[in-house]
Parts: sequence; C-alpha cells; structure tokens
Amino acid sequence: MNRKSAAAAALAALADPTRRQLIERLKAGPKAVGDLARGVPVSRPAVSQHLAVLKAAGLVRDVADGTRRVYEIDPKGLGAIRAWLDDMWGDALGRFGAELEKDDTD
Amino acid sequence: MNSPTISPAPIRKTLVVKADVHRSFKAFTDRMGGWWPRSHSIAASPTVDVIIEPRAGGRWYERGEDGSESEWGKVLHWDPPARLVLAWQIDGSWKYNPACITEVEINFTAVAAMQTRVDFEHRHLERLGENAAAVRDMLNSGWGGILDLYGNLVAGAENK
Repeated sequence: MNRKSAAAAALAALADPTRRQLIERLKAGPKAVGDLARGVPVSRPAVSQHLAVLKAAGLVRDVADGTRRVYEIDPKGLGAIRAWLDDMWGDALGRFGAELEKDDTD
Repeated sequence: MNSPTISPAPIRKTLVVKADVHRSFKAFTDRMGGWWPRSHSIAASPTVDVIIEPRAGGRWYERGEDGSESEWGKVLHWDPPARLVLAWQIDGSWKYNPACITEVEINFTAVAAMQTRVDFEHRHLERLGENAAAVRDMLNSGWGGILDLYGNLVAGAENK
C-alpha cells in the first residue's frame, strides 16, 4: 500500500465512532481484546471486527501475549497522511527553489 | 463550534531561494505550473498547468492535457510580495471538497539583496475528513488528539 492509499484507508477507518473510541483507549497503552470490549457499548465479536478494520488500515497492530492478543497503536498509521503531504510539499518547494536558481543563471 | 481540541502538527518548511521577494512571490504564484511536480495531481488527464488566480477569492486549479480543469482550492489572502494564504480543499480521499478547507500559508521575507526566506505552513490537517459533519464529530471525539499523538510518534521516529 502506498502512502496515499494508506492515508485514505486510515481516514476511512476512523470515520466510525466506535473505532475512534478504541483508538482513544489504546492511547493509554496496549490492551487485550477483552479489556477493550469492557469500555465500549458493543459486543466483543464486534470489537474484534472493528480492531480488524483498524489493523487493516495500519492504525493498530497486535502482538501475542501468551494465549491473548494484545492491541496497540501502530505509530506508522495516521502519520501516513501527514507524511504523504509532507513529501509532496518537500518535493514541490525543492523544485520551486531550483526554478529560481535556474533564473539566476540566465 | 468552539470545543477545545488539540490541533495536529502542521507541516512546516523553510527554504532560502536566490531571488528577491518580488520575483519569489511571482514565481510561486504565476508559474506554479512550471515547477509543480507532475506526479502530484488529482485529475485523470496529465497536468499541463497549475493556476493561482491573482486575487483574494481567486481559484487554484490544475489544467489537464485534455483542457479539463480540476479545482484544488482558492486564494484566501493575496498580499504580494510578502504573504499568500491558500485554501487546499483536497480532502482525505483526494477529491476536491468545498466543505474541506485546510490552509496553506507562505511568507516571503527578504534576507539579502537576492535572497528570500520562504516560510511554508500547511495547517488544519484535522479537517481532511470526508465532510464537515464527520470532521466536527471527529474533533468532538478527540480526533485532534489522535492526530497529535500520531504526529508526535511520527516526529519521534523521524528524529531517531
């Protein structure tokens, strides 16, 4: 997945209020599915589904902790949208500067 | 809306170009099509020009090879040669969205006879949601905080 589609996937995944709530809870630190399910008004299978969407969008990642799966925020996630724009402007402004250098030698 | 939210870190860039402020401002606004990277386009047809209409309220758009025009945003402040503020209205799904307004501000400051410092900022990135209502909802539920967290994590990773 390139940065552009990664960023679009992240924003689409966060359009859902329950998923934003899960992300908010993960800000405090890694949590198991069971712990996450206790804080939200949906069933545990629904929480698992939401986590799968967040994982597919690159916003969270899961690690095995014995027999449990523990979820945590993936730092590469939503940064994708900012990183993509950052690259774009870096590229554009670099070319703008080069254009003026070129003028200077005329 | 006036809810207290943390804004995500704006994108900021500074460069020094070899031209006075007048030429720098003119090259940025009048000849964007000459230096804009062709890889960054929202149109189906290859970009042949990028146009900023030289006035507050002016359009900011790209023109494709087939003559089609694709809106990018508009001019919010036109203060040559010192300052330009543009509305970047391409939302998170990379489509023009008049309800989505993120701001791009460029300040041109003379540092020597033929040198200009260009301070660039792209801010309000939290508004890149799909529509105004969704964005408002996101802000109310801590979207700004989430973006800020991610911004910090990404900045931390970059600084390593």
